[in-house]
Amino acid sequence: MATEYASGAEYIKHHLTNLTFGQHPDGSWGFAHTREQVDAMGFWAIHVDSMAWAIGLGLVFVGLFGYAARRATEDVPGGFQNAIEQLVEFIDGTVRDSFSHRNRMVAPLALCSFIWIFLMNLMDLVPVDWVPWAFSLIGVHYMKIVPTTDPNVTMGMSLSIFALVLYYSLRRKGIGGFLGELTLHPFSAKNPFLKVLLIPINLFLEGVALLAKPVSHGLRLFGNLYAGEMIFILIALLPLYAQWTLSVPWAIFHVLVILLQAFIFMVLTVVYLNMAHDTGEH
Amino acid sequence: MSINLTLIGQAISFTIFVWFCMRFIWPPVINALEARKKRIADGLADADAAKTERERAEQEAQQTTGQAREEASRILAQAERRAGEIVAEARTTAKTEGERILTQAQEEIDKNTQQVREQLRGEVAALAVAGAEAVLRREVDAKAHAEALDQLAERL
Repeated sequence: MATEYASGAEYIKHHLTNLTFGQHPDGSWGFAHTREQVDAMGFWAIHVDSMAWAIGLGLVFVGLFGYAARRATEDVPGGFQNAIEQLVEFIDGTVRDSFSHRNRMVAPLALCSFIWIFLMNLMDLVPVDWVPWAFSLIGVHYMKIVPTTDPNVTMGMSLSIFALVLYYSLRRKGIGGFLGELTLHPFSAKNPFLKVLLIPINLFLEGVALLAKPVSHGLRLFGNLYAGEMIFILIALLPLYAQWTLSVPWAIFHVLVILLQAFIFMVLTVVYLNMAHDTGEH
Repeated sequence: MSINLTLIGQAISFTIFVWFCMRFIWPPVINALEARKKRIADGLADADAAKTERERAEQEAQQTTGQAREEASRILAQAERRAGEIVAEARTTAKTEGERILTQAQEEIDKNTQQVREQLRGEVAALAVAGAEAVLRREVDAKAHAEALDQLAERL
């Protein structure tokens, strides 16, 4: 498939471009047909492929689990039911281990993050050319099917979680407690004058630590999946007879990566929310 | 690779999916799991209770059987003893009765013997008188010799 493109670089660039709908610089709305148009759109654009695949896979998650939930009884479960319950129990156990407060929202949030991200990551194992090629037949030029290789998607989730972290921090600790946490640690002093002097330093350190959380949370997932996708694309540039020697081992290894990254994202979500709930002064 | 509206779109869809999960997926599944856990625990507890109960019943049955056996042997012994008593009693009664019958018979025999003897004695006396009459043929006064004849009859 790679031979259709003028150069390897163009092939890669094509495969890393989202199907974008947005406002052109001249004010009109429409799909971008070239990479330059995408760049020119700026913020007022939306990656239709990322959103569609993300929502589609979210609906798969909701459908499967909703179906299992609707049929959930205390009687002997069937195979499918059992699989879903195993997953729910696994998430429940993980949340119980790392979240020590009472919040009805955290466990469902963790379940939703884990399964949804896993499904989105799973799209990475679909051979890189199949879906874009199929869409090119119906005239769609760009199609990125792995939503988690789009930083907008991963950051959208990590920032939602950051908003929750801020909300629960303020609610549990109050505005004073939260500000105290940001300004009176890690350096503290008995002397009031010294204390005031240390506030900017503490605020800088804690502020960076606070803001680094959502950024690293989202970019870790994005980076891992983007790198994985990139390697698949590079492998696809090899001659056809040689591709499998690299793509098969990488795909097998990638099975671990997609599972692990989904799990890490979920665990960090729970840990951050747990920290937001911690009011005990150290 | 630019940051754009997708960020907000994803945040919104994430919120909606999490809300749905929290509202419609998590509670039914986790409730069913809890209920099943409880049911299994109850079942195990019931099984334990049933086992204890069975053991107790077995013990009780054994005890009852033992008691019944004891009672049966006691009744048997009593019956044997009673039978012995009855037999002994019957034997005594029979013996007494036999003796009584024997005595009665003996008495009867004695009485008959006496009667026959009396009769024979009378007859012998008459015969003796007749004989003597025949021998003497003469003045033998029956009246004069009646005393002697009676004496004779007495001796018979």
